[in-house]
Amino acid sequence: MIRAALMLGVLIFAGSAGEIAVTHGMKRVGEPARLRPWALLQFLGRALRNGWFWTGVPLMALSFYALLVLLSWEPISFVIPASASSYAVGTLGAKYFLGEEVNGKRWLGVLLVCAGVAIVAAG
Amino acid sequence: MGHQRRLRIKTLVVVCAMVICATVGDLLLKRGMMQIGAVQLTAAGLAHTFRMTLESGTIWLAIFFLIGFMLSNMTVLSWADYSYVMPASAIGYAVVVFMGMAVLGETVSPWRWLGVALICAGVLLVGHTNPRTTEAAR
Repeated sequence: MIRAALMLGVLIFAGSAGEIAVTHGMKRVGEPARLRPWALLQFLGRALRNGWFWTGVPLMALSFYALLVLLSWEPISFVIPASASSYAVGTLGAKYFLGEEVNGKRWLGVLLVCAGVAIVAAG
Repeated sequence: MGHQRRLRIKTLVVVCAMVICATVGDLLLKRGMMQIGAVQLTAAGLAHTFRMTLESGTIWLAIFFLIGFMLSNMTVLSWADYSYVMPASAIGYAVVVFMGMAVLGETVSPWRWLGVALICAGVLLVGHTNPRTTEAAR
């Protein structure tokens, strides 16, 4: 049970940290000039040269690996609902590391999504 | 059209592209792997599966959609808040339930409908907040 809890922690925290690093990287890269193929290719080229992007990718890969390991230990009806708390962890990370303004309405929305995803996955 | 309204519409369009690409990609991946069959966990079995995935048009189509998901995710995060995009994209769970019912004729339990309703309510609430609360990092 302890090893499953530890692996769940890796899944949630590495996944959220990876997404936050990628988000920070994308904010530094800046948005594409237009949503057209050439502008998107130029945007992708800039993104692939960003260090934060390459910090986030291994963390997300680690999170994915933790998901695979956890799925081999525990039933999916436990793993996916338990990992739904990553929405709340990610929101905390966005608030404290990215400086995003998370008001009461957004928090309520995030918590409803957490509960909904857990129920859909368990149901 | 006001700047805020344009930002909200642009964000929602790219989030929709993300959800569609992820859902279609996952479904195609599932179909492709079912066509290949159960993976044998031996060196020969893994090599056979690897060869079969490279030759499968369905798997390549799935990879195309999953690259579309990754690109749209990176694009939307270049201007929108992570705490906005992440819960908004959870609408994909509801889409999968609806598609399972409409396309595959699956029965959906009342418990699962409750989950879908909570996700939709959560996404609606998040959708009413400002998609961008920070300036671009320098």
